[in-house]
Amino acid sequence: MDLIATGLGALLSTTIDVVPIVAFIFAFQLLVIRRRIKNFRRIAGGLVLTVLGLTLFLLGLDQALFPLGRMMAEQLTDPAFMADGHGPPGAGGGAGYLWVYAFALTIGFSTTIAEPALLAVAVKANETSAGAIGVWGLRVAVAIGAAIGVGLGAYRIISGAPLHYFVIAGYVIVVIQTAWAPKLVIPLAYDSGGVTTSTVTVPIVTALGLGLAGAVPGRSPLTDGFGMVAVTCLFPIITVLGYAQISMLRSRSRRTRSKDQSEIPVEEIR
Amino acid sequence: MPAGLRNLLKYLAESARDLAPIVLVIAFFELAVLRTLPDGLFGTIMGALMVLAGLTLFIIGLEVALFPIGESLAYALARKGSVGWLVVFAFLLGFGTTVAEPSLTAVAGEAALVAAQAGAIADNDEARAAYVLGLRITVALSVGVALILGVLRIVFGWSLPLMIISGYVLVIAMTAAAPSEIVGIAYDSGGVTTSTVTVPLVAALGVGLASSIRDRNPMTDGFGLIAFASLTPMIFVMVYGTVLTWT
Repeated sequence: MDLIATGLGALLSTTIDVVPIVAFIFAFQLLVIRRRIKNFRRIAGGLVLTVLGLTLFLLGLDQALFPLGRMMAEQLTDPAFMADGHGPPGAGGGAGYLWVYAFALTIGFSTTIAEPALLAVAVKANETSAGAIGVWGLRVAVAIGAAIGVGLGAYRIISGAPLHYFVIAGYVIVVIQTAWAPKLVIPLAYDSGGVTTSTVTVPIVTALGLGLAGAVPGRSPLTDGFGMVAVTCLFPIITVLGYAQISMLRSRSRRTRSKDQSEIPVEEIR
Repeated sequence: MPAGLRNLLKYLAESARDLAPIVLVIAFFELAVLRTLPDGLFGTIMGALMVLAGLTLFIIGLEVALFPIGESLAYALARKGSVGWLVVFAFLLGFGTTVAEPSLTAVAGEAALVAAQAGAIADNDEARAAYVLGLRITVALSVGVALILGVLRIVFGWSLPLMIISGYVLVIAMTAAAPSEIVGIAYDSGGVTTSTVTVPLVAALGVGLASSIRDRNPMTDGFGLIAFASLTPMIFVMVYGTVLTWT
């Protein structure tokens, strides 16, 4: 009974989230553009699926992932745990922040892969580029960036370095990369920062930040707990630009080599 | 409908692959590092299955509803040929979807605690509620402005790197000027504004617009709207924090 009640509550709140957006768009289409919506039935059916899917997704996250993720963030940042010899086998003694970093990197990667907003953008980019940008490749590149971001965010809280150093350094790298990266990918790379931090990633990463800021001596959750999301947002831009640069360089060197050996590069067959 | 069923299974398999990393990470840390079993394992497994089903349905809904809505709107707006309406629509879409965003409300609530502790506002419920509302409206305004800038860029073909890098310079300049307790909140507010429903709509809108305007490339001009939406909140929130300290 309890599950049904929370389920209905979640359904209601997702509907409240989605309905105003859709109502606004439909109203705009009818009143300003004065054109009937094509395939209205199909789209309405699809919207029902979207709301239902999002509800189940959020409900499941609340049921399974968030409590576990938050609890783990708390347990791993517990000073008693860090001092208690829970080090890697053979290391002996306390592992310090080792497991915190391992958790930061892996959870940053894995929550980003599961992020529906990123998947949506990857699907769109794949369609728009006629398949040149792979859905999976883009998401892995973004997820690696998010992993680095969460890891650096954890390092920042542990070391106590000012947040804006990291952000400014990130900006400088992005600007330098922008000058060299293939033009086609730049807008997509800029977009990929914002979509990384969404439904799945934000609650867990925030919990990790707050837990760390509360556990590390000399930090306060109120002033140092912020900033995790910001660095997580920034580094995917760098990895996506980097990924594009590497694939450009690779296809270029393959092309020069293929001239000597008169073999046709894979890219051109596709 | 064997073809439909096969498609459904394919989507399910893809969702399972998307969720596998999280399950592995959580399981590894539970079993190998923390050496505990979560309380209520049954509920956890049920929850994971719900996440799987939900993601699958969402992806289908994406292709059937959210993308077509965004695209048809973009084509219709482009055919109407009125930049004025496009700007009005972009602003309302950005403002409307952000002001009620739950993760923004959560961040704003914590930000109010920080501000009260730092002495920027009075430490009572009333002052904090006013601060939260002010912050939410500031961020919503900034996303509205972001989408306006984004669609104008698509229409007029302005350079995205130039605009974004100018934004970075503004962020850095504001960081130096703004009170230090607002900086972390401002930086984080950039990331939390783009929700799961808004992103597909906005992406489809941008690509649709770019492909229906001549001389625009959907790939280089269609993307970039979300980049603005995660940049302007930082600037606006720092301005908000600075203005508050003057009054």
